[in-house]
Amino acid sequence: MEINHLQAPPGFTDTAAAEATTEEYYLNMGPQHPGTHGVLRLVLRLDGENVQEVVPHLGYVHRAIEKMAENQTYLQNIHLTDRLDYLSSFMNNLGLCMAIEKGLGIGVPERGEYIRVMLCELQRIQSHLLWWGVLGMDMGAVTAFLYGFKEREMITDIFEEVCGNRLTMNFFRPGGSSADVPDTFLPRVATVIERLKRALDEYQTLLTDNIIFQERTRGIGVLSREKALSYGCTGPVLRGSGVQYDGRKNNPYSIYERFDFEVPVGQGGDSFDRYLVRMEEMAQSIKIVQQAMETFPTGPYRSKEFSKYRIPTGSYFSQVETARGLLGIYMVADGTAKPYRLKYRSPSFSNLSAINEMAVGYKIADLITIISTLDLVIPDIDR
Amino acid sequence: MIEESIIKKHTVLSEHAAELLQSRQSSTVKPGLSLSQYLYKIGSGFYSLLKGMKLTGSYFVNPGKIVTQPYPENRETLKMFPRFRGRVIMVHDEDGEHSCTACGLCEKACPNGTISVHATRNIAGRKVLGRYVYRLNQCTQCNLCIEVCPFDAIRMGHDFELAAYDRDSLIFILNNKEGRG
Ligand code: SF4
Ligand code: SF4
Repeated sequence: MEINHLQAPPGFTDTAAAEATTEEYYLNMGPQHPGTHGVLRLVLRLDGENVQEVVPHLGYVHRAIEKMAENQTYLQNIHLTDRLDYLSSFMNNLGLCMAIEKGLGIGVPERGEYIRVMLCELQRIQSHLLWWGVLGMDMGAVTAFLYGFKEREMITDIFEEVCGNRLTMNFFRPGGSSADVPDTFLPRVATVIERLKRALDEYQTLLTDNIIFQERTRGIGVLSREKALSYGCTGPVLRGSGVQYDGRKNNPYSIYERFDFEVPVGQGGDSFDRYLVRMEEMAQSIKIVQQAMETFPTGPYRSKEFSKYRIPTGSYFSQVETARGLLGIYMVADGTAKPYRLKYRSPSFSNLSAINEMAVGYKIADLITIISTLDLVIPDIDR
Repeated sequence: MIEESIIKKHTVLSEHAAELLQSRQSSTVKPGLSLSQYLYKIGSGFYSLLKGMKLTGSYFVNPGKIVTQPYPENRETLKMFPRFRGRVIMVHDEDGEHSCTACGLCEKACPNGTISVHATRNIAGRKVLGRYVYRLNQCTQCNLCIEVCPFDAIRMGHDFELAAYDRDSLIFILNNKEGRG
């Protein structure tokens, strides 16, 4: 779509005012822009370099996953959830598997639950490490990118050994997981946890304590508590704005209620708060993994397998806390082997919708910081 | 689902947020810093930068601590994990025989039509495998076909660097030992 500089492009609220002033202009940011982390297109109304309004345009990676789901069996659908938020594929798998388990009324053996929780928490760390590195790079600190990826690679290696893939896992199945973890799993996790504890201190020195970094994030992109709630933001964005809500704590699933961990919250809802919340979440995930390692049980990893998964008529809902927020899965079953309707409520979509609220009044350079601290994954928004 | 108590507890915080927002938006006319504040800011910024550089410097002088991936120089010796999912291959024994019975379960399990199992009849009239077509360009490496095969006739190969210039060259006939039809 071509943008006429005299006429406001669709989606902007304040058309008349925009036409009245001559200094304001419209600018396309994306779909090809390194700061948008994917094919996201933002149209900005700018006054000089001050952002006046932001209108996101979506759909560049829309693959109709929800429609595809109606033509795939329940088992085949699990591999499609990998492709929602590809940095939280274990947690997405878990969400769909829990919905299927609700429909079938089956449980998961103890070891299966432990495998699930450990892999999900490792992935939360992995996802936050990537976010941390990319945030640094967005703000001009390439060092952070390299350091973040160094530790991330160690976790990715664990995943590769456990399930064979590094990104699109397709590992969990209704009633457990598709395979048991190899014998090397626990020692490898122990090594990584030891390394990560030291790494978090390094990150503190490199970026958190850096005055230049703090100047560029403190007070930038403020999202008030009310706005965060009314836009339906979840995850670190909501917690950064001071609402202590975490799906693992307030609505526990799997075996999360057995573990002792804190839910960090921010003070004022600025970029630095969101940053601190994620950094603290990594430390808390390490705590959960350590507790799980101490009590890791033996036994079966999966309850009885079905040759065909037919779910009785009805609707089923499950939700998981992914690295970005709440992923809700609403499934309508009609008694056949395929879902009648499958709806994903993805966290990044709601988090993105608050962007206009956060960016107005700041500079373009601050907008990059804001996008980065929202931690958007574009395929999760478009689905 | 968010309880009322949680909402109440944090009203104070949102006031703090409003203050932050206001102070930020009114800062288009920034109150001038005094010279000493200005110098202090430069100094502290520089100090925190040096602290970070001390860390990177310690890695610079201790290259043994660095984990690097020597790829692609080591591609000859690179060994993948046993469960690594490269592409689907058919297991052949020394005599060049495979154990696929052309039951077609893998074809049904595949979410995206990657596999076509064409059965045929041998001289004795028994159903045997004719052509096993595998299209790597459609495969999502989901492992469902491997899990469902009752005879372990197929498994995931460990080859990587699977890119090709011609998409036709990504179609494999797996029951030919070389994988080409
Ligand atoms: S790995 Fe998945 S996509 Fe590939 S052939 Fe097997 S079932 Fe099909
Ligand atoms: S590979 Fe296995 S599942 Fe597929 S047709 Fe042959 S025997 Fe059946």
